[in-house]
Amino acid sequence: MHADSLTFIFLNAAIVNNFVLALFLGICPFLGVSAKLKTAVSMGFATTLVMLISSICAYAINSLLVAYDLEFLRLISYIAVIASAVQLVEMSMKKFSPALFRALGIFLPLITTNCAILGLALFQTAKEYNFVQSVSYALGAGAGFILALVLMAGLREKLELAEVPSISQGAALSLMLAGILSLAFMGFAGLGAQ
Amino acid sequence: MAGRKRDDTITADTFLEGIWRENPVFVMLLGMCPVLAVTNSVMNAIAMGVATTFVLIGSSTLVSLLRNVIPKQVRIATYIVIIATFVTIVDYIIQAISLDLYNALGAFIQLIVVNCIILGRAEAFASKNRPLKAIVSGLGMGAGFTIALLCLGSVRELLGSGTLLGFSVFGAQFEPWVVMILPPGGFFVLGAWLLLFNWLRERKTRLELKEETVHAR
Amino acid sequence: MSSTAPLPAAPASSSRMIQVLGGIAMLSGFLVVLTYQLTLPRIEENRQRAIERAVFQVLPGATTRRDFLVDDNGVRPASEGGSGTRVYAAYDADGRLKGIAAEAGARGYQDIVRILYGYDPACECITGFAVLQSTETPGLGDKIVKDAKFLANFPLDARLAADGKQLANAIVTVKHGSKTGPWQIDAISGATITSTAVGKGLNNSAQMLLPRLHPHVDQLKVQP
Repeated sequence: MHADSLTFIFLNAAIVNNFVLALFLGICPFLGVSAKLKTAVSMGFATTLVMLISSICAYAINSLLVAYDLEFLRLISYIAVIASAVQLVEMSMKKFSPALFRALGIFLPLITTNCAILGLALFQTAKEYNFVQSVSYALGAGAGFILALVLMAGLREKLELAEVPSISQGAALSLMLAGILSLAFMGFAGLGAQ
Repeated sequence: MAGRKRDDTITADTFLEGIWRENPVFVMLLGMCPVLAVTNSVMNAIAMGVATTFVLIGSSTLVSLLRNVIPKQVRIATYIVIIATFVTIVDYIIQAISLDLYNALGAFIQLIVVNCIILGRAEAFASKNRPLKAIVSGLGMGAGFTIALLCLGSVRELLGSGTLLGFSVFGAQFEPWVVMILPPGGFFVLGAWLLLFNWLRERKTRLELKEETVHAR
Repeated sequence: MSSTAPLPAAPASSSRMIQVLGGIAMLSGFLVVLTYQLTLPRIEENRQRAIERAVFQVLPGATTRRDFLVDDNGVRPASEGGSGTRVYAAYDADGRLKGIAAEAGARGYQDIVRILYGYDPACECITGFAVLQSTETPGLGDKIVKDAKFLANFPLDARLAADGKQLANAIVTVKHGSKTGPWQIDAISGATITSTAVGKGLNNSAQMLLPRLHPHVDQLKVQP
């Protein structure tokens, strides 16, 4: 396995293989939260925080599991760690930023079922990243997630003032938009390859 | 007035509502991630549908069996543990059946555990009904999910590779629309299906309205 | 007042919660371990068969294989354990060494392209390769296994330099149509990045592996 540079890992996770637009992770919040720009940004940052915590814990747990030959417990332990990380972020947000906590509402506990977080943990294990690479990967994935959410939210806010065919309102339009965004992001392929 | 009586009967509706009226993908818009990711071929779509149905039925049965035992405060945690168990089981079963299929589905088998459909069903249905009813409903939801996967999978494979289940349909002359098996294709095809269903629904409402006004006159 | 209305449950005590969670955890653990044990032999068999399929594809004519580990100290059978790069030695029906197969990988268009390549010590050349894992653009990146002109690049010259410490000529991918030597790979026009990945991967692996492997090739020729 080649030692990938940290910048490459970050850019790859954020742009080239964007978690939402290329890897299809985190679609539910992507469609659900991206109606308003402010909520989207807060959700993005909350998710990134959870990603970071989960990534570090997943790395630690995986080292333990591999050392004791208990790899079949990986999935269960990862999801337990993610649920705890979400709980932790929820509690700290309630304490330090109650307005944000109220704004995000039901979406905070739903971060647990965000496939992007579990996907992140599973991918970093499969790619056998070391600790620093895992952190870079998590930050890149989070940045990419925020980017996708912000782009979508911006577009949707604009579209609210436009006249769109009634059959396309709602998820159908968002998906078409997402398709175009995904197509655009494909242009980044090859970024960082020497 | 008689108190609330729990409807314990299993009707055809218990099975059918998962397929049409409460289709998890097209109506409730849940479980999007695997729908977009593994539908680049019909084989993958079927495999994912079957795997998810297995987890859905297994976890619904266990949750329903234990519904009077699990304390309310820890129910979500227990549901997740149960679901994760079945996902791990199906993960190993698929690896034993075909390594190629396993590699094609990738991480999305393990991501079944965060598929909102399963947790949602466990919470909303399985924990409140007896096992047999939970199984039938699980089968219905699973079937609905698989049908949705097939809708996308067949279109994407047909247009993106010119094949269906590996068999060439259009012959060698066909220039495949490669974008269909790439990520944007997934978004476009799902969006197109939703457009179609929205149009059908609007048409139905329009026709019903017309009938009403005719009858009112 | 109906007797069928369920009574509201009293909040469960901590010990009850722990009991239930613990019980469920044990049940899950039991089910998972059971499945794991039952499926392990099948999975292992599948994995071996997949590797063999790739090995026999890059070294045609081979019927059996043995795994070895190569490191700075030499070559030893993989069954002995330890560290080193895993290589697969393949033998034909008469027990003669047909070649060795090894893994290589390099960054392609989307992600890392992992290949298995075959090396024949008799001609000191790379006989061919098979793709193990690739997420390149379908229709473009996967041309490396379909394009006849690209496949005609093989066998690729991988002779060692006089000092035996590196390749005489580094394997490199050149622009389509500008190939001058048998150690160069003519890229597929339109899929240069993926073609370059193959060249880079082969070069990296060969430079690291072949100088360490070559002095001990005779050890591999003996098939038990």
